[in-house]
Amino acid sequence: MKVRDIALARSGDKGNRATLSVIARDPKDYPLLERVLTAERVQAHYQGIVRGPVQRYTLPHLGAVHFVMNEALGGGVTRSLALDAHGKTLGFAILDVGLDDLP
Amino acid sequence: MKPFRIGSGAGYSGDRIDPAQDLAERGELDALVFECLAERTIALAQLRRANDPKLGYDPLLRDRMRAVLRPCVRQGVRIITNMGAANPLAAGEAIVQVARELKLARLRVAVVTGDDVLAWMLEHDVPLIDSGESVRSLDGRLISANAYLGAEALLPALQSGADVVVTGRVADPALFLAPLMHHFGWKADDWQRMGQGIAVGHLLECAAQVSGGYIADPGFLDIPRLHDVGFPLAEVQEDGTCVITKLAGTGGRVDRLTCTAQLLYELEDPARYLQPDVIADFSAVRLGEAGADRVEVRGATGHPRPSQLKVTLGYREGYIGEGQISYAGPGARARGRLALDILEERLRRLGLSALERRAELIGVNAMHGPALGAECEPYEVRVRLALRTPTRAEAELVGQEVEALYLNGPGGGGGVTQSVREVVAAASALIPREAVRTDCRILEL
Repeated sequence: MKVRDIALARSGDKGNRATLSVIARDPKDYPLLERVLTAERVQAHYQGIVRGPVQRYTLPHLGAVHFVMNEALGGGVTRSLALDAHGKTLGFAILDVGLDDLP
Repeated sequence: MKPFRIGSGAGYSGDRIDPAQDLAERGELDALVFECLAERTIALAQLRRANDPKLGYDPLLRDRMRAVLRPCVRQGVRIITNMGAANPLAAGEAIVQVARELKLARLRVAVVTGDDVLAWMLEHDVPLIDSGESVRSLDGRLISANAYLGAEALLPALQSGADVVVTGRVADPALFLAPLMHHFGWKADDWQRMGQGIAVGHLLECAAQVSGGYIADPGFLDIPRLHDVGFPLAEVQEDGTCVITKLAGTGGRVDRLTCTAQLLYELEDPARYLQPDVIADFSAVRLGEAGADRVEVRGATGHPRPSQLKVTLGYREGYIGEGQISYAGPGARARGRLALDILEERLRRLGLSALERRAELIGVNAMHGPALGAECEPYEVRVRLALRTPTRAEAELVGQEVEALYLNGPGGGGGVTQSVREVVAAASALIPREAVRTDCRILEL
């Protein structure tokens, strides 16, 4: 089982920060999402892309965990050399995290 | 009191036009908002205006107005837009001209200005946000400085009875908050309603992103008929609660998932969404499905507004030169890798190897780098080299070197593209509220 089996993800940009929302398709799966997707886990998954710290916000009543990933966009959308300067494709990468290998 | 019906006619400057026309004709709307300004759009528009003083507004303004002006005027639907970009007055004149071409009997356009604070920024020294530098570090390179105006700046325009309100930089959700304040008579310090109004605006400002766009994942999350996705509208109550929906018969979907994804989109702390009119707090928002393609939104609130306004500064930051070439069939990845190695040596020989760059294989590691890119063998790869250079001439060398791989590189390379672009970057700073003076001018047909 992977995050993709129970959730969807959307990323966005804010200066040199990427934002990432992961939302349980069925609200009853939210606790599992909150347990698996810690700030540390997200930081590790985006290693080499996210150079600053990751903050997590939990929104249980929306069934969502929300992350702000600092220094993730090559200096910011408007100056980045990246093909995906907005980091819009980053969101789907989190769906590949396994749900079973809990720490 | 019957709900106020407000629609979203565009989520970015290049958005589809036909869904907005559908909303204008069938939406039974009170207001239709077009949000068309991204972070550096104004800086680019400022460069166009410098070449021609009649330009500098959104290039699609006339096309959008031709599609919606007649049904909106006939039904009394207010249009509110930031398509004025770097030249709201010229945009207002263009809208009047379109009305004349359409042979409308009358039209009143309100032009709201005051977001352009370049003169102030040239005379003051303030720190840049998220940077150790100050505004003075951009001297000689600064193109534009625009403050994010709030809904308050748009109220005189709405009070004038204008059919169309056109402006430049206004906080995106404030384009939606303003007609709600005007219609319901919300007080500017009613932080709860202000917060809820910002939630309405934030949900609508990216158009189809709340009604089924940008979310489909076949087999996991299927969305019907995205070629015909309906743009959203909100039915807003006096207390600020609303239902997000779309027109019957359109593609897409509005449900808990589409609304949650958009509610959180590009937020930092969901409890502190900084806006010119309020610090909105979405941490206790509740979404309830209220029928097919109908989601009720309640529970947003707010805290007193910040004392300063955010300013986006556009400035020149050199050039980016880029080249791409493809390899396909057996060994595509190895040949792509060899091409990158050759380019690395060439950059060294040209004295460009100290410059910031990206050298990658599209299909392998161009999006998420080497850690997440799979070790599988793709059928085809595309080599991409992008370099940040101080001059245009150096930037041109990048594409030339990639193109030279045709005759000098690995076997079977094809489909070279090359580009050079001047970088207009954006930085942010703060300005005291009282340094920003807004103005409203009426144009009539």
